[in-house]
Amino acid sequence: MEDKKDIMQIIADANKSVTTGIDSADIEHWVWIHIMGRAYQVPAGLTIMQAMEYAGYKFITSAGCRAGFCGACATMYRKEGEYKLQTAMACQTRVEDGMFLVQIPFAPAQEATYDITKEPYAASTLLEHYPEIARCVACNTCTKACPQDLEVMDYIQDALRGDYKKVAERSFDCIQCGLCAVRCPAEITQFNVGMLARRMYGRYGMTEPEYAKARLTELDQGKYDKEFKKLLAADVEELKKRYAAREREAD
Amino acid sequence: MPTNTVITAANEAFLRRINELSGEKVTRCEQCGICSAGCPLVAEMDRTPAEMMRMVQLGDEDIAKSKTIWICASCFTCTVKCPRGLDPSKVAEALRQLNLRKAVDYIDLMNIPKEEMEILPQIALVSAFRKLTG
Amino acid sequence: MKIPYYPGCSLKTSAKNLEVSALAAAEKLGIEMVEMPRWNCCGTVFSLTSDDLMHHVASVRNLVRVQEMSENGSVDTTNKMVTLCSMCFNTMKSAAKRVRENAEDLVKINSFMDTEPDYNGNVQVLHLLEIIRDMGFDKVSAKVTRPLEGLKIAPYYGCMLIRPKEIGIDDPEDPTIGAQLFKALGAEIVDNPFKKVCCGAYHTVHNKDTVIELAHDILTHAQEEGGEAISTSCPLCAFNLDNRQKEIKEKYLKFKEMPVFYFSQLMTLAFGLGEDACMFEANYVDPRPLLKSKNLL
Ligand code: SF4
Ligand code: SF4
Ligand code: SF4
Ligand code: SF4
Ligand code: FES
Repeated sequence: MEDKKDIMQIIADANKSVTTGIDSADIEHWVWIHIMGRAYQVPAGLTIMQAMEYAGYKFITSAGCRAGFCGACATMYRKEGEYKLQTAMACQTRVEDGMFLVQIPFAPAQEATYDITKEPYAASTLLEHYPEIARCVACNTCTKACPQDLEVMDYIQDALRGDYKKVAERSFDCIQCGLCAVRCPAEITQFNVGMLARRMYGRYGMTEPEYAKARLTELDQGKYDKEFKKLLAADVEELKKRYAAREREAD
Repeated sequence: MPTNTVITAANEAFLRRINELSGEKVTRCEQCGICSAGCPLVAEMDRTPAEMMRMVQLGDEDIAKSKTIWICASCFTCTVKCPRGLDPSKVAEALRQLNLRKAVDYIDLMNIPKEEMEILPQIALVSAFRKLTG
Repeated sequence: MKIPYYPGCSLKTSAKNLEVSALAAAEKLGIEMVEMPRWNCCGTVFSLTSDDLMHHVASVRNLVRVQEMSENGSVDTTNKMVTLCSMCFNTMKSAAKRVRENAEDLVKINSFMDTEPDYNGNVQVLHLLEIIRDMGFDKVSAKVTRPLEGLKIAPYYGCMLIRPKEIGIDDPEDPTIGAQLFKALGAEIVDNPFKKVCCGAYHTVHNKDTVIELAHDILTHAQEEGGEAISTSCPLCAFNLDNRQKEIKEKYLKFKEMPVFYFSQLMTLAFGLGEDACMFEANYVDPRPLLKSKNLL
C-alpha cells in the first residue's frame, strides 16, 4: 500500500500545477469555482484536477493517468446561470469561472460474468447479460454526457438489435468513465455493454489478422527466445535505455 | 366490488389523479360491462375492466394493488367497444404508472431464463419492460 | 415510389424473414423501401398516460430522420414512412398523431431533443399493407406467377394493426385487408372468429401460460374453420403463435401444428421470387411440407 501511495504522489508531483513555485501576486488571472459546494479562487488556465489540487484537495482516487486515457477522473459540473449539467474529464478540461464541480470517482455497476467461449454470437447474449438495454428510451442523454464524444445512444441501439460490429466500432474509444451510466434514465451501464460487445466481436466477428497469426507461429517456434532471455537478464538502466531507443509507431 | 358508500376527500383526490393521468373522465362510465365482456384477458383478472372503472369512480385505491392492471395488455379491444367512448386501457396504464413511478418493478428482468432470452424477440422485451418496470 | 423504411429491432433478428420477404415483395410492386439511417428502437408500445412525454421521444426521433430524408432527397416521397412490424407502426403513428395534435407537446419534445433538428409534425406513418391496398390489389394480382391455389389461409390481425380506430389501417371490428391481399394472391380465405383477439403480447416474457391459452384459442379456431395456415404482420404475434406451439403441444396433446406466415412471405411465394426471398426456414413450424403438398414449392 505504502508503495502505491508513493506512486500516486510521484505522478501528482510530476503533474504539479503550473503555478507551483510562482508567487500568487504574480498570477494575473483568477477564476472562482465551487468544489462540492465550497467556493475557491484558483488561477485561470489550470485543469479541473490541477485546480482542485491547488485548492488543497488530494486525489487518492478519481485520478490515474492524468492524460485522458484511464477514465478515472470523471467530473460533473454546472456553470453559473446555465441549466445544463455538464460532464468532463478533470485532467483534460480547464476550469472556467463559475463552475460548480464534483468528482464522480465510480459509477456503481456490476460487470456480467461469462465464459466468452460459450456465449452465442447473437443479440440475445447482450440482452441476457444486460437486459436493461431493452429499456433505452433513446433520450440521447448518454451521448451528450460522453467526454469522448462517442455516439453512446447509437451503440446501445446497435446492441439492442445485435449489431456487434457497429457497437464495437462506435464504442471503441470508450474509457469506461461511467458518466453515461450515471445519467441514464433507463439505468443502463453502457460501458459494460460496449465491453462485452467488443469482446464478442473480437472473438467471433473479426477475421483473424494474418500478421498476428504469423507472429504467433514464430513465437511458438521459439524465434524470439534468445531476445527474451537477454531482456530478462538486463538491468534497470539497460532496460530504460532500450525503452527510450525503441522503435515506435507514429502517433 | 368496493364496499365504501361515503366518498371521502381522499377518494375524490384518487379519482382526480387517475382522470388526470389517463386523460379519461372515468365518471362517465355507465357500468354497461361491454369492456369486460370483450376483454380477452378478463379470465386472468381479479377485477374486471368494468369493476376497475367503478373502483376508480369511487376512489378506491385498492384497484392500484389489483392483478388486473398488470394483466391488461393494452390490446385496445375495450377502447373500440365502449359506448361512452372511454378507454379503460388508459385507466389501467395510469394505475400501472402510479406504481412504476415509485421505482417498483412488477417483473424481475434479471431473472428471465437464458433459453427464453435466446428466442424472445426484442419487441417482447422492450414492451414488457416499458409496461412492467419503472 | 422511394420511401423511408423503418425496420425495428426484431426485423434484424427474430423476424428477418418478415424483412427479407417484404422488401422483395415491395420491390416487385415498384416500392423501394430505403432503410432510415441511424434509426432507434421506437419503444414498441405507445405510452398511454397524459403526461409521459419521455416515452414518445424515441418515436419522434425517428420521425426527424424521415423529415431529413425528405429534405435531402434520398427518397421521392415527402414526409412519409413505411413500417412492417405492427407494433412499430402503431407506436410511431400514435406518437406522430399526438405531437401533431398537441403543439405544446411538440415544443417540449423538440426542446428536449436539443441535438436534433426540430420535428415539423408532418410525418405520416404508414404500414406496407395500406400502401399496397391504396395501389390496388389488382396490381398485386398482376404480379402473381404462382397463384396460391388451394391454400387455405386464415388471416390474423391481432391488435396493433387495427386498433385503436384512429390508428388502425382497417375496420377494427371487421378487418379484411389481409383477406383481400391473399385473395389477390389466389389463396382461399378462411374467416377466423379469433382473428382480432389479442395473442397475449408481451405476457410471453413473464406470463407464458396466458399466451399459450390465447394462442391455442386463436390457432384451433382457425383450424376448426378449415384454415391450414395463419398469417400475421407482427413479429410478436408470430412468436406467440408460431414458436409457442412448442408449449401448446406439450399442454394440449391433441393440438396439431400449423404454419404461421408473414403476409409478405405469401407475397414472395406467389410472385415466384424464390425461396431465398421467402425465408421459410426461419419460421418455427416449417411451412414447406404444407406448401409442397399443395404443389406450391
Ligand atoms: S461511453 Fe460512457 S463510459 Fe465510455 S467514455 Fe463515453 S461516457 Fe464514458
Ligand atoms: S441515456 Fe440511457 S435511455 Fe437515454 S439514450 Fe442513452 S442508453 Fe438510452
Ligand atoms: S386493453 Fe386491457 S382491459 Fe381493455 S380489453 Fe385489452 S386487456 Fe382488456
Ligand atoms: S364499456 Fe365503457 S361504459 Fe361500459 S363499463 Fe366499460 S368503460 Fe364503462
Ligand atoms: S486521470 Fe486518467 S483520464 Fe483523467
